[in-house]
Amino acid sequence: MSGSTKAGRAVIELDGVTFSYNGAPVLEDITLSVGEHDFLSIVGPNGGGKTTILKLVLGLVKPAKGRVSVFGLPPEKARRRIGYMPQATALDKLFPVSVMDVVLMGRLGAGARFGFYTRADAQAAREALEKVGLAAERKRPFAELSGGEHQRVLIARALVSGPDLLLLDEPTANVDIAAETEFYRFLRDLSETMTIVLVTHDLGFVSQHVKTVACVNRRLLCHPTCDITGSMISEIYGSHVHMVQHDHGPGKGGPHD
Amino acid sequence: MIEFLTDLASFPFLRNALLAGVLASVACGVMGSYVVARRITYIAGAISHSVLGGMGAARYCQVVLGWSWFTSLLGALAAALASALVIGLVSLRSKGREDTVIGAVWAIGMAAGIMFIFRTPGYNEDLMSYLFGNILMVTGRDLWLMAGLDLLIVGLAALFYNKFLAVCFDGEFALLRGVNVEGYYLLLLGLTALTVVLVLSVVGIVMVIALLTLPAATAGYFSRRLLGMMGLSVLFSVLFTTGGLALSYGPNLPTGATIILLAGGVYLCAAFFSQRVKARRRAGG
Repeated sequence: MSGSTKAGRAVIELDGVTFSYNGAPVLEDITLSVGEHDFLSIVGPNGGGKTTILKLVLGLVKPAKGRVSVFGLPPEKARRRIGYMPQATALDKLFPVSVMDVVLMGRLGAGARFGFYTRADAQAAREALEKVGLAAERKRPFAELSGGEHQRVLIARALVSGPDLLLLDEPTANVDIAAETEFYRFLRDLSETMTIVLVTHDLGFVSQHVKTVACVNRRLLCHPTCDITGSMISEIYGSHVHMVQHDHGPGKGGPHD
Repeated sequence: MIEFLTDLASFPFLRNALLAGVLASVACGVMGSYVVARRITYIAGAISHSVLGGMGAARYCQVVLGWSWFTSLLGALAAALASALVIGLVSLRSKGREDTVIGAVWAIGMAAGIMFIFRTPGYNEDLMSYLFGNILMVTGRDLWLMAGLDLLIVGLAALFYNKFLAVCFDGEFALLRGVNVEGYYLLLLGLTALTVVLVLSVVGIVMVIALLTLPAATAGYFSRRLLGMMGLSVLFSVLFTTGGLALSYGPNLPTGATIILLAGGVYLCAAFFSQRVKARRRAGG
C-alpha cells in the first residue's frame, strides 16, 4: 500500500538542503519530494527542524546549501498557492479580533484592493469556517476560544484562499483523541483536492492515522514510504522514550483503510 | 463647571481648547487602539519623548540662527518621524535588543532637547509647555493643522485597515499573503508619530502615552474587535479631554494633568469591574 504515493508531479522538492541558525546546524542534507495530492506527515522531536522545513517551503528562510522548489517555482513565487497554519501558540491571544476577522486575513492579496473586504471574501470565510465546524462561532472574539478551536480557526484561515498545498504546523496539539480521529478524516477528505504536509511531534496521532511519514531530527531519518519501527523511534526521540501501545490494533494504516 | 460653561460662550480660547481636545481624540482613539493591540506603548513613549529634541532644536534655530520658518511644530514632526523610522527599522531588520534602542531614542531625544533649550537665550518657559502641554494656548491656525493631520491619519487608517490588522496580528502570515509587511509597519509607526505630535498640544510630551493608551485600553474592556475599540476609544478620549478641561477650569488646575488623572481613574474602574464580572462568571459557571 505504501510506495505508490508519488503518482502526480512533484509539488515540493527539497534537494540536498542544509540550514543552520546562528552557526548551529538545524537541517542537514535533506532530500525530499512530495507529489500532487500526497498527504505527508513530518515527525520528529521538538527542535528537530520540522518547522524549519515548512519555513523553507514557504520561503521564509533560505537554505545555506541545496535547492527548494514548490510547484516548480522558487518558494516565494509559489506562496499564493499555499495555505499555512502556524502554531497557534505564536499568536497574541488577547488581540482584539473576531473569528471572522482572523479567517478573512487569508483573503489578503487576492487582489490589490484597499479598504474593507468584499462580500465574496465574507462568503468564502463563512464557507471555510463551515468546513472546520465553527460557522456558529464566527462573531465570537478569538480570545474566548479554546486552544483546539484556535487551531481550527487558523486552518480555516489557511483554507480560505483555496490553496493547492496546505502546510500545518502541530495541528493536533490541544486536540483530544476522539477529536483527532475526526480531524484526520477531515484532512483525508481535503487531500482529495490538495496536497497536505503536516508537522507534528505527536507520534500517537501518526501511528494511528497516517501512512506516509518522514522522520526528521536534523537529518531525514526515514523517507516518506517506509514503516516506522521501534528502533527508528528510539533513534529519533532517544532511547528513554518508548511507544505507547494503542488499543486500535497494531501496525500502520489505522482504522480508516 | 458652571463657570466653564458660561465662559465657553464668551472666550474663544476656551472654545479652541475644547475643539483641540476633540480633534486630538479622533486620531488618538484610532491610533491608540493599534498601539494597545500591537503592544507598542513603549515605542509610542520613545517617539513622544524624542520630540523634545526636535522642538528644542527648532526653538534654537529660530532664536539663535534666525530661521523663523522652523517652528517648534515642524521640529516636533521631524523628530517624531525620524524616531519612528529608526525604531521601526531596528525592530524589523536587526535581531538586536529592540528595547535598548527604544530606551536610547527616548533618552537621547530628551537630552538633545534640554541641551538646545539650555543654549537658547531667553526665558525657558517653553520647556514647561512642551513637557506638560498647554491646551489653553491653542490657536485657530493650530486647529486647522490638527484637523488636517486628523484627516490624513484617519483616512490612511481606514484605507489600510485590513492590512494593518493583519500585520499587527500575524505579520508572518500577512507576508505570505503578499502584504508588504515592512512598509505597512513603518507606515503604522509613522502615523503613530503624527498622532503623538497632534496630541502634544493637549497634554504635553510626558503624558502623551497616557492619552494614547488609556482610552483604548478602557475601550478594550467593552469591545473585543479592533474597529469597535477604535470607535469607543474616540468617545472615551473626547470624554476625558472635555471633562478634564471643564473640571480644571474653575479651580485653575493644570488641564493636561486633570485629563490624564480622569482617564486613569476611569481606566482603573473599568479594569476593577471587569475583574469582578469575570470572577462572578467563574463562580457562577
